[in-house]
Amino acid sequence: MIEIQNVRKSFGPLEVLKGIDLTVQRGEVLTVIGGSGSGKSTLLTCINGLEPIHSGKILVDGTEVHAKSTNLNKLRQKIGIVFQQWNAFPHLTVLENVTLSPRKVLGMGKAEAEVIAEKQLKHVGLGDKLSTYPSRLSGGQQQRMAIARALAMSPDYMLFDEVTSALDPQLVGEVLETLKMLAEEGMTMICVTHEMTFARDVSDRVAYFHQGIMAEIGAPDQLFGDPQHPETRRFLASVR
Amino acid sequence: MFDTALSSSDLLFLAKGAGMTIIVTVISVTIGTVLGILFGVIRVQLGAVLSAPLTFFLDIFRSVPLLIQLVLANAFMGMVLRLQLSGFTVACMVLSLYTAAYCSEIVRGSIDAVPSTTRRAARSLGMSWAQDMRYIVMPLATRVALPSWIGLALGVMKDSALVYVVQVTELLKSTQILITRLQEPLFLLMICGAFYFLISFPLARFGGYLEKRWSND
Repeated sequence: MIEIQNVRKSFGPLEVLKGIDLTVQRGEVLTVIGGSGSGKSTLLTCINGLEPIHSGKILVDGTEVHAKSTNLNKLRQKIGIVFQQWNAFPHLTVLENVTLSPRKVLGMGKAEAEVIAEKQLKHVGLGDKLSTYPSRLSGGQQQRMAIARALAMSPDYMLFDEVTSALDPQLVGEVLETLKMLAEEGMTMICVTHEMTFARDVSDRVAYFHQGIMAEIGAPDQLFGDPQHPETRRFLASVR
Repeated sequence: MFDTALSSSDLLFLAKGAGMTIIVTVISVTIGTVLGILFGVIRVQLGAVLSAPLTFFLDIFRSVPLLIQLVLANAFMGMVLRLQLSGFTVACMVLSLYTAAYCSEIVRGSIDAVPSTTRRAARSLGMSWAQDMRYIVMPLATRVALPSWIGLALGVMKDSALVYVVQVTELLKSTQILITRLQEPLFLLMICGAFYFLISFPLARFGGYLEKRWSND
């Protein structure tokens, strides 16, 4: 369970998160929508401790992420995150990209890590690209590799930060299909996205962020069908 | 022009000088690179403000002509610290720091060239700072640094000609000694240049080979 309690965060004088309260249960798929600068991506990077917060608390399975005593390297093993920029390790093959962390962080043997990596890469449809270098892959393939790389750590939670925003339009579908498949398998996911159809189809709940606050949260049918907050209505009207 | 008094023992004398050039270069570039990596990483980690004293210290070695550094260091070691160091030792010390100063710039720039988003991805997979450095930053930064580092190593090799001022008889000094005796400056300088070329060429080719191998395409 991820518990976000009254979290505030600023970049300099700009407050990007103004007291967020949110709980995500195991097995739940939450999508977060909202305009740029609404704080939704920042929230994700705070959840796995890549960014500090200024007040409030984030608990992952009861462990306070930003407590000094928390071993973040350990905690991050159970929170996978995939970014807008897929961030392949360009000097490693696809297989090595995926085996690196299981081997070095989890201390797995090479053979064992490769079995897991191959399984995950097949899962995302890259079973025939194992010895290819990332520079030879399309954006969509690199993004799916990044997903497999995160999944190889067997995380309990997956965070997706606008994973299709940097892709050519014709490559968006293949990545969304991968996310859909994970959702159907019961992975706990928080997806920040601009893909409204995806949000509607896949989510258990959808949250709308506006200028650092969570203006509205609800089931997809309710949020898209009958938005309560005026800002949500304005936003949905503008993206349709 | 090719009717020369140069004997085979003279050639051997030049080869010995070339050997000295290689030894001084290998020692200085090795120590300088190790120090340069250390200083470069420290400068990246501390940031510009905190590492300002170190940067200033290294800038001295980059800004003052090597000839002056050698003469002053030699005098300082002997007259101030009263150390009985050989010219060879002083030459290696000065050239090492000279190399380290340039190398730390290369290292700093190359580490900065690794996208912060890539490092963030590594950390998000549970890697520690040290693991990120070892498995992601260093391999990528090395690829960026290689051409500049090869240039630096070749530069230091040629600059090592100046260590004659602290009584180290390397290639150019050996050549000058022969010039004084044989009075054939142009011919001897040609031979000397050929020696320098023979030393440089393999290193330059090796750099090209590594660059190609690391390009992943």
